[in-house]
Amino acid sequence: MAEVTKYNEEVLIEEQGFDDQFHEHHHGDKYQSSFIFKYIFSMDHKIIARQFLITGIFWALIGAAMSIIFRLQLGFPDESIAWLKPFLGRWVQINAETGIGTLDSQFYYALVTMHGTIIVFFVLTAGLSGTFSNLLIPLQLGARDMASPFLNMLSYWFFFLAGIVMFYSLFLSTGPFSGGWTAYPPLSALPQASSGSGAGMTLWLVSLTLFVVSVLLGGMNYITTVLNLRTRGMSLWRMPLTIWAFFVTAIIALLSFPVLASGFFLLIADRGLGTSFYLSDIFVAGQALEYVGGSPILFQHLFWFLGHPEVYIIILPAMGIVSEVLSVQARKPIFGYKAMVYSILAIAFLSFIVWAHHMFMAGVNPFISNFFVIFTLIIAVPSAVKVFNWITTLWGGNIRLNSPMLFAIGFVSLFISGGLTGIFLGNSAIDIQLHDTYFVVAHFHIVMGVAAMFGMFAGIYHWFPKMFGTFMNETLGKIHFWLTLIGAYAIFWPMHYIGMAGVPRRYYRFDGFDAFGQFTVMNEFITIAAIIVFAAQVLFVVNFFWSINNGKKMKTKNPWGATTLEWTTPIEAGHGNWPGKIPTVHRWAYDYGKDGKDFISQIIPLSEEEKAEEQHH
Amino acid sequence: MAIITTPYEHTSSKIHPLKFALWIAMASMTMMFGAFTSAYIVRQSAGNWLEFELPNIFFVSTVVLLVSSLTLHTAYRSFVNNMEIRYKSLLVVSFLLGITFLILQYLGWTSLFSVGIDLKGNPSGSFLYVITGMHALHIVGGLAAMLVGVLIAFTRKYKITQRRKINFELTLQYWHFVDLLWVYLLIFLYLSR
Repeated sequence: MAEVTKYNEEVLIEEQGFDDQFHEHHHGDKYQSSFIFKYIFSMDHKIIARQFLITGIFWALIGAAMSIIFRLQLGFPDESIAWLKPFLGRWVQINAETGIGTLDSQFYYALVTMHGTIIVFFVLTAGLSGTFSNLLIPLQLGARDMASPFLNMLSYWFFFLAGIVMFYSLFLSTGPFSGGWTAYPPLSALPQASSGSGAGMTLWLVSLTLFVVSVLLGGMNYITTVLNLRTRGMSLWRMPLTIWAFFVTAIIALLSFPVLASGFFLLIADRGLGTSFYLSDIFVAGQALEYVGGSPILFQHLFWFLGHPEVYIIILPAMGIVSEVLSVQARKPIFGYKAMVYSILAIAFLSFIVWAHHMFMAGVNPFISNFFVIFTLIIAVPSAVKVFNWITTLWGGNIRLNSPMLFAIGFVSLFISGGLTGIFLGNSAIDIQLHDTYFVVAHFHIVMGVAAMFGMFAGIYHWFPKMFGTFMNETLGKIHFWLTLIGAYAIFWPMHYIGMAGVPRRYYRFDGFDAFGQFTVMNEFITIAAIIVFAAQVLFVVNFFWSINNGKKMKTKNPWGATTLEWTTPIEAGHGNWPGKIPTVHRWAYDYGKDGKDFISQIIPLSEEEKAEEQHH
Repeated sequence: MAIITTPYEHTSSKIHPLKFALWIAMASMTMMFGAFTSAYIVRQSAGNWLEFELPNIFFVSTVVLLVSSLTLHTAYRSFVNNMEIRYKSLLVVSFLLGITFLILQYLGWTSLFSVGIDLKGNPSGSFLYVITGMHALHIVGGLAAMLVGVLIAFTRKYKITQRRKINFELTLQYWHFVDLLWVYLLIFLYLSR
């Protein structure tokens, strides 16, 4: 029998920890006392994480509200939306005779474009990986802060600036950019192409260039911190899967975002300097333009070389969060830890050699398409490994069905449903029918949009106590979960059928087409479901902000009984995370239900039996 | 405001985190120029491509840039080996050579322009201007770092501190990087006209 040793965590850290001569308030530290430097121009990774999160929530609300407006147009094209006039101003045109207000068609495109841009970049890139990489990398690795807290602060402020520019573009008299979030030329390259292609597109480019800077600064920091600032004993193979996911995400971002920047620079040259990288033989309003010899496909190559890795930049952090939450809340070690890491690496590698599957119908050589089909389908292998491991982690677990766990399980469900339709779309032959239809919309919304949001929600509910010292309300959390899960399926499941029938995405209305008349009721249903889901998100936001001050207080340091290091810091951790020494790590992050103990924290030394076992291997 | 001093000593690797961060930044700059040159190849293979000779002045500027790398490296060696005068003078020389490189690049562009290769018009010319222009911007960044180095060299007392050493090394490595980047770009542009 193992001897029963009771450890006191503080004593343990004091005895075993690494002394880096850290004093919380050394040399008259004014840093913590001034509001501006504590909460605004903060260099503390925990505050920066909260800044990313709250900014992300702000953008998520705007992006989701936009989707409601264009869903109203799609579901009820003949209803009057005159009541939206106070918000949308002249984008709602009111018929003088009947008093019916209709959405301006140009603005419909602007809404679709901005919805995509905002959700993909500002919410699911900055809001998700920005928040949790910042919060968890130093805390779970046992570091005082990021490698460069200053660059980390700059990373947030570049994101903030990008947001300001994009927000400003919403209020332009010509409207924001309206050529789709992918910004294909010529709509994006010719200022005269549409009303949003002028100032709106210029601001879009400025904003996203600032955003690329933010991502690169953040990513540099994440990678350096993971490789250089792990505490004593924290080998790479002892890192929690969250850290592996954030680490690989940052590598993908650093290799793919510069390519997007290159594409943007050539686009800026086309717009401003009169070059013809992407433009050739174009007539606008009957006038032939001077541009010759350019190729719009070139932009697609550059864009999707980022664009495809980007979907993994979005989904990998969610996968990491879900792996951690599932293991902690099922009281079981994650199944196949190494397989999980290798599948993250495999997905990351494959993500760089599949981009042309977004361009099957854009005139890419069909023989070359075959390679992209094969690599695309191979992604199913590591994805299936992950899904299998999540389910086997749950198998026989002591599952706590609380909000974080529900959202983590919901993630697995959505990832399977959405992933399977990826197999259809990855085939270039089936893509002839399905490309640019609602089938595509349904696929990517489920697998990367809603699934990544679920990963984010799981993370927020799980680490909310770490961030704010209180819990979010469980009842509201569960209502939020069920409404969102059922609602999301109600929105996107019917879209598969609409898409298979060939209904194209991005159309303003369908009543000009007899063949699509049968889907009128389905479109109304989708719109109503979307409104309900949006209401559920408002509920979440209310719960979030209410709980910061009024939620149930956190009484113990480790409410979930987790093994990782972030739960060994004080409830109100100052800048530097641990008041005294940094804990030393003795074991991997998933010792749940081992040797008759519920969990064994990473800072607990190995017992004699475990040492013997380790020697044996 | 006080900045948390992060302990680096207990980590197994000996690389300074900032230096490592610089290498990561170099990897992403490499990706950016990789994207430019790949776009170049893709566009070139599509035909309608105007061929022209690179101006000879680009080869002169290459030599100047290579020499500046050498002088900056020697300046760094002198800095750590207590040779104050040599350190200061070579640092200034490197900075001036960097400026000279930019001037030579500009002359190269004007000579191209004079034979009718315009930024507008055939993409072969546009690519050349954009690629060399983006590289020149990266040189400007290196020059800015070097200028800070020059100011520190002449305003502060000569002293070998860990911080100054690291900052010098960062500047040096970045400068070597943009130097090598230019050599790659020149060979690329020369071979794939």
